[in-house]
Amino acid sequence: MKFRFSGLLNLTVAAVLAVLLTGCGYNDFQRLDEQTKSAWSEVLNQYQRRADLVPNIVATVKGEAAFEQDTLTKVIEARAKATSIQVTPETLNNPEAFSKFQAAQSQLGSALSRLMVVSERYPDLKANQGFRDLRVQLEGTENRITVARNRYIQTVQEYNVLTRSFPNNLTAMMFSYNVKPNFSVQNEAQISAPPVVDFNKK
Amino acid sequence: MLFSDFLMRRWVQLAVLLRLHMLVIAGATLLPFAVWAQGSVQTVPQLTGHVIDNTATLNDAQRQALEAKLTNFEQAKGAQIVVLMVPNTAPEDIAAYAQRVGDSWKIGRQNIGDGLLLVVVKNDRKVRIETTKALEGAIPDLAARQIIDSAITPRFKLGDFAGGLDAAADQIMARISGENLPAPERSTSKRSNKSHGFDWTQMAVFLFFAVPIGARLLSGVLGRKLGALTTGGVVGGLAWLFTSSVLIGIIALVAGLVFALFASLGSLGRRGGTSVLGAGGLGGLGGWSGGRGGGSGGGGFSSGGGGNFGGGGASGDW
Repeated sequence: MKFRFSGLLNLTVAAVLAVLLTGCGYNDFQRLDEQTKSAWSEVLNQYQRRADLVPNIVATVKGEAAFEQDTLTKVIEARAKATSIQVTPETLNNPEAFSKFQAAQSQLGSALSRLMVVSERYPDLKANQGFRDLRVQLEGTENRITVARNRYIQTVQEYNVLTRSFPNNLTAMMFSYNVKPNFSVQNEAQISAPPVVDFNKK
Repeated sequence: MLFSDFLMRRWVQLAVLLRLHMLVIAGATLLPFAVWAQGSVQTVPQLTGHVIDNTATLNDAQRQALEAKLTNFEQAKGAQIVVLMVPNTAPEDIAAYAQRVGDSWKIGRQNIGDGLLLVVVKNDRKVRIETTKALEGAIPDLAARQIIDSAITPRFKLGDFAGGLDAAADQIMARISGENLPAPERSTSKRSNKSHGFDWTQMAVFLFFAVPIGARLLSGVLGRKLGALTTGGVVGGLAWLFTSSVLIGIIALVAGLVFALFASLGSLGRRGGTSVLGAGGLGGLGGWSGGRGGGSGGGGFSSGGGGNFGGGGASGDW
């Protein structure tokens, strides 16, 4: 008799738990978790596209004999660093690894944009059709990265709101779902300061 | 007995709670968007056709010629090409603006997503070809740049905007034609049906449950004839509201009337509840599918809603 009662109790607990889980956004967590993962994959995809483009750019720029070696070296180093970081799905749940990856990518981004600015000073390079094509491709890739990051930011926002709002935060606590890290601007202080324009200096 | 009672009460509580959760989540996710939309960026123009000229650069004949060309192409190949001319995009740059317009319009067929956006920013002297992911293969960034360099820039420099756009459209169409995309469907009923955009499930739930129940209730309160009349009126009014067609509304009104009469007859005669429900549902369905057929009279251009702009394309200037 006692045994049967506890069996019934177990069943009840299981049933209530199942209902509670659907009621408290468990399925929403799964759905949004997958969404953030796929948005993140798209970000990686586009970063990879940029990394694949770099050797071509470097090779083309090297053809310009007098090109600033310093700028070129920085690009090569930044690419090596960015591609050396192993990115796994766990990166998403590890804010430290995430920011490290993010820093490496933004370093590559700024090294590349510096290279493009410097290349303006080399008329031969600017006239080189191969280089111009690579420029267009790099620009398109940077745009794609922006879009992919933007979409990732939106999905993570949705996920984080779900994680932190009541009563889903209880579900999140129970299964230890943490808020996911989002992209941040590397040089926040720098860009929020107004630019100084001084025409007299020259 | 007590146990099942407890479970039942639990269910109800949970259902109420769930409703509340959904409201909270919806509110929380919508709030940032509302704030974001109040920012100083320009609003996305209304998608009124294949050619939208907010700068009054093209004259009527030029605009209509280009519109006809792009419409014919859409009918022949299915891909949607839209040309948008705006005076400026401040404070955004052209890429961000074009991306936002693309995200909002989602031009390109449903499930295929073959859309292309050509944005001309006249005062900034900038032009951009924005491709959806489906067309990134047909028109890679380099090809987009070549189209801008060879077709658009030289003509725009001479002030020949119509010629530049026309030549660009030719090159874009040639490239898309080379891509192996599914042929367009001949009938337009599918798209016009989609453009109404109401929820099928909700509609079915309403018609299968609300109509017979409402008919019974109303005939209980107002009497059989008046109740049936009211139900018919409500159904007709709703059909009119959803399909914005008076004819469909009247058809639905008559259908609702007839079936409300049947439903109330059933309730008077204490017949089986299922047969009443079945009849009411059927009546609703009849009126509703009529609305679907009648809605295709629009004929105007509308976005396929399948385009996913991933940042592909190229910008140029003149």
